[in-house]
This record gives sequence, structure tokens and C-alpha cells, in this order.
Amino acid sequence: MQQSTNTDFEVRSLDAMCVNESHLAHRWYHNIKYLVVGVLFGVVFVKSEVVSWFRIQEMFRLQSFHMYGIIGSAIAVGMISVWLIKKFNIKTIYGETIELHPKTFNKGQIYGGLLFGLGWAITGACPGPLFAQIGTGATVIVVTLLSAIAGTWVYGWLRDKLPH
Amino acid sequence: MTEFLKQPWPWYIAGPLIGLTVPALLILGNKSFGISSSLRHICASCFPANIPFFTYDWKKEVWNLVFVFGIFLGGAIAINFLPNPNPIDINPKLASELAGYGITNYDHLVPTDVMSWASLLTLRGFLLMVIGGFLVGFGTRYAGGCTSGHAIMGLSNLQWPSLIATMSFMVGGLIMANLILPHILSL
Repeated sequence: MQQSTNTDFEVRSLDAMCVNESHLAHRWYHNIKYLVVGVLFGVVFVKSEVVSWFRIQEMFRLQSFHMYGIIGSAIAVGMISVWLIKKFNIKTIYGETIELHPKTFNKGQIYGGLLFGLGWAITGACPGPLFAQIGTGATVIVVTLLSAIAGTWVYGWLRDKLPH
Repeated sequence: MTEFLKQPWPWYIAGPLIGLTVPALLILGNKSFGISSSLRHICASCFPANIPFFTYDWKKEVWNLVFVFGIFLGGAIAINFLPNPNPIDINPKLASELAGYGITNYDHLVPTDVMSWASLLTLRGFLLMVIGGFLVGFGTRYAGGCTSGHAIMGLSNLQWPSLIATMSFMVGGLIMANLILPHILSL
């Protein structure tokens, strides 16, 4: 491992989605709480049919309000929550200050965003729903997931050559 | 109560619950909501191949893998304990369009007429599952996030790059669903 912590930070900071803000080290069982949140989230995904290929087709054909209502109200609740966290300086359950970092613009958000949009409408799933669909017994979606992992890997491999 | 829970949940229940994931993860451990990064952590943990993008301390991000494993379990729990007694109710216009491609089974969350092990080796199935999946993985990482990381977390934090990313997702999806997908499904 010749990678220094600095490289690690640089790589992580280039990609805001991968920055883990907690500075605390915890035993493994502290992760159980994320399992619980994930389970609840997965149940909501299936019961609201967000993970339905048909709902995604309706959304992109402007034939149903359902998905727009879900994404819109999720953003509204998220925005109010983040505003409240900042306003009242709400801490984590471990007493840490909650850190939110700004995202910087790069052209990847347009090119990558368009490519992801194409994939979203074909597969009827963004990454989260892929996991939920497999859970519902659609085992063939494992192939879609493996392909998505391969896509992520190829991006990492070609990253320096792509316009950002 | 269970009968009520078995019905499909309306958007005004599901959307706010999904939105609450944002403060839940922040308050539980300073974690920013994002799902597509789990694909990156899988690459980093299984095949980093000395690529700088995958050589970071993925163990710090194990929470994210636990979270997506939870989503998988949640899917299994919902389908087994809270099964929707009725077939998925879809817009009649979509139903008649899909019937033209031979998609008439709405009993599952995925269209089993075109997405199944049997159809994987047909050109149509390959494009839908393998190429589609590749675009999802490549595109989300290139964009630096997906619907959760950009559209929900990023917009919640009023980040304009996330607004650009979200609009790009929508444009890509509109182009695919209306202009390209009909040709793929006609194959």
C-alpha cells in the first residue's frame, strides 16, 4: 500500500459522494443502525413501487405523477431537515458536529448524468432499487448489478481520460 | 393494519419517508445519503487494480455497504410479508404501448416478459439488463452520484451542481424512454 492518506483524501474529496464525515472509529456492530435504516428504506421502496420498472416508464412518459410526487416530497423533507440541522446546530448521536460539504461543478455531472438517465430508463432502476429488486426475488437483476459494478470500474479506469 | 400496509403506498407517505433518510443518516453518524457510491466501494474492496480512484480506505465506508444490504433485505421483507394482493396498476396508455412489444405481465416489479434469465441471452434482454446496468454504474460515478446522492441529498443541501446533475438524469431518461427504448423493445 503506497497510497498515502493524502491521496485518499484527495480522491474522496474529488467525489463528494464518497466522503465519510465521521471522524470516530467504531466497532463493527455500530453499523447495525445503518442496516435498520436500509431495511426500512427498502420496504418503502417496494411498497411505494419506486423500484417498479413500470413506474419509471410512466415517469419518463409523463403518464403518472407518482414518481414526481415521491422525489419532490423527499427533497422537500430533506431540505427542511438539513435547514433545521444547520439552524439548530443539531449534533450526531455521538455528539459530533454534522458536516456538509459543498459540491463543486464539473462537466461529469452533465455527461455522466445523461448516461445515467439513459440507463435509468432502460433498467427502470437507479442503484438503490437494483438491490431492492433482487431482494424481491428478481434474481436476474444480479446481472444488471454486476454490470453496474463493471461500469463503475471502467469509469474509475478511464477517469483521467474523460472530460470533467 | 397489515391489510392497509399491503396496499401500494401513496407518494405523500413514501416520499417524506425517503426524505427522512437524509437526517437519519446524518444524525446517526454524519453520513451523507448516497447509494451509488456502494458500487465504488465494491470495486475498491474486490478489484482495486491499483487504480487511484479505487485505492482509498473503503473500510471507512463499510456503513454504506451495510445500508445497501439492508435495502436488499427490506425488498425481501416487503415482498414476503407485505405482498400487494393486486397486480401493479399501470397507465392504460403505457399498457397498450407495452402490449405491442409483448409485455403483458405486470405481476412483478420488473417486466418478466423481457427481464428474466431466459431473455438474458437475447439481444433485447442483453441491452436491457447488461448495457442498461453498465450505463447506470458508469453514469452515476461519472456524475458523482445518483438519484439519492444528487437529487435528494444534494438538492436538500441546495447544491446547484446537483440540480444540473438531476436535470441531466431527467433529460437522459426522457430521451431513452421516448426515443430509443421503443426501438430496443421492438427487437
